[in-house]
Amino acid sequence: MRFVDEFRDPALAAALIREIGTICATLGRAKDDPVTVMEVCGGHTHAIFRYGLEGLLPDLIEFVHGPGCPVCVLPMGRVDDCVAIAERPEVIFATFGDAMRVPGSRKSLLQAKADGADVRMVYSPLDALELARRNPDREVVFFGLGFETTMPSTALTVQRAARERITNFSLFCNHITIIPTLRALLEQPDFGIDGFIGPGHVSMVIGTAPYRFIAEEFRKPLVVAGFEPIDLLQSLLMILRQMAAGEARIENQYARVVPERGNPSALRAVEEVYEPRPTFEWRGLGSIERSGVRLREPYAAFDAERRFAVPDVKVADPAACRCGEVLTGAVKPWACPVFGTTCTPEMPLGALMVSSEGACAAYYQYGGLRGAA
Amino acid sequence: MCLGIPGRIVAIADEDAMLAVVDVSGVRRTVDVVCVAQEGEPLEALIGVWVLVHVGFAMSRIDEEEAAATLKVLAEIGEMEGELDAMRTGSVAPLAPAN
Repeated sequence: MRFVDEFRDPALAAALIREIGTICATLGRAKDDPVTVMEVCGGHTHAIFRYGLEGLLPDLIEFVHGPGCPVCVLPMGRVDDCVAIAERPEVIFATFGDAMRVPGSRKSLLQAKADGADVRMVYSPLDALELARRNPDREVVFFGLGFETTMPSTALTVQRAARERITNFSLFCNHITIIPTLRALLEQPDFGIDGFIGPGHVSMVIGTAPYRFIAEEFRKPLVVAGFEPIDLLQSLLMILRQMAAGEARIENQYARVVPERGNPSALRAVEEVYEPRPTFEWRGLGSIERSGVRLREPYAAFDAERRFAVPDVKVADPAACRCGEVLTGAVKPWACPVFGTTCTPEMPLGALMVSSEGACAAYYQYGGLRGAA
Repeated sequence: MCLGIPGRIVAIADEDAMLAVVDVSGVRRTVDVVCVAQEGEPLEALIGVWVLVHVGFAMSRIDEEEAAATLKVLAEIGEMEGELDAMRTGSVAPLAPAN
């Protein structure tokens, strides 16, 4: 665990923590009714744990680690679909490294590779396209996943493939969008989150306007934040100040990277290439309307789901896992019966244990076991 | 996956294809610069500019101070090596053009 004197600006960090404590005390909250703030982005979850921020803040503040890790919310059935595509002899299945270990109902992509499937880890969708150029006699399928941060990259790659008339490249599109998901969370009857730390790099693409409904309809503050500990502390303070003033607004703490209107080139590519799916399934959260995207008709030739038959079978999460409740803040990871026993980062049973951005993996790695006894 | 890594654009690889070479902590690779290019401005103007690179795409222009701060955070949270490893080992495209 880090201490405040190791931060880049320890005096500023200490001042922010003091100010957070002062404002927190004015909100009239009790220990059994803490101020709950959901950080939506997995990168923030990782940073909060890495810097030990929870330990530095008053007990009246509680972070809830939201569904912002795309690897963690990938349903088992979609992993099974990946494996089914990857096991076809003509296919080279290209994926980001962090998707390799996500458990499917039969096996992960890593296990499929060990069993002989041609699964390649790539750094970029552009690398998958290069594989297609170099292997004209094979079918290269890129596993597109991630929120709006990654969505433009795969859209631009598909557009590049179309321009070059590459016929042996396709996208298995599992991109998800954060806005409908936040709405679905907020519409849960017992959703007790007081405010949100908004994702930094998703917002770099979409800007801040799409979050307005959170303040206008649900009266909750959201502050888009950077990834330094000071950024996170400042964002938390901005949320608390709004609460103390009885306000709910969308603010941008990360303005040095996030333009209010997002990135127009990225948004144009996303709009041209994708359309919302009527519904998409999330691991632990169930189906959420219009929360996933697929390729639009003009790009149908690049859609792996049209090119290959995929099983598309819904598979229930392991019964013992409580990922869904952890994702919505209903329980802490240590309350899950398999946490740290049959579910570990080495042998994950649940999705939240797979990626370093998953809440369970973060608790496990950084010893977030307080309250476990 | 959702974190970007800062890099400095050091060369233009292919003006028509909107590809540039970026130096990320000593690792060089070709990236797509469509999202940081400005209409009417030659791509050469990007040389020397710091950008946030995400899975092979420059997604945002940043200043040098922000770049340094972000690199420090990535190193501290243990994401730096993983990202650079992925860039090196997961790269099918040449890391930097031959010319």
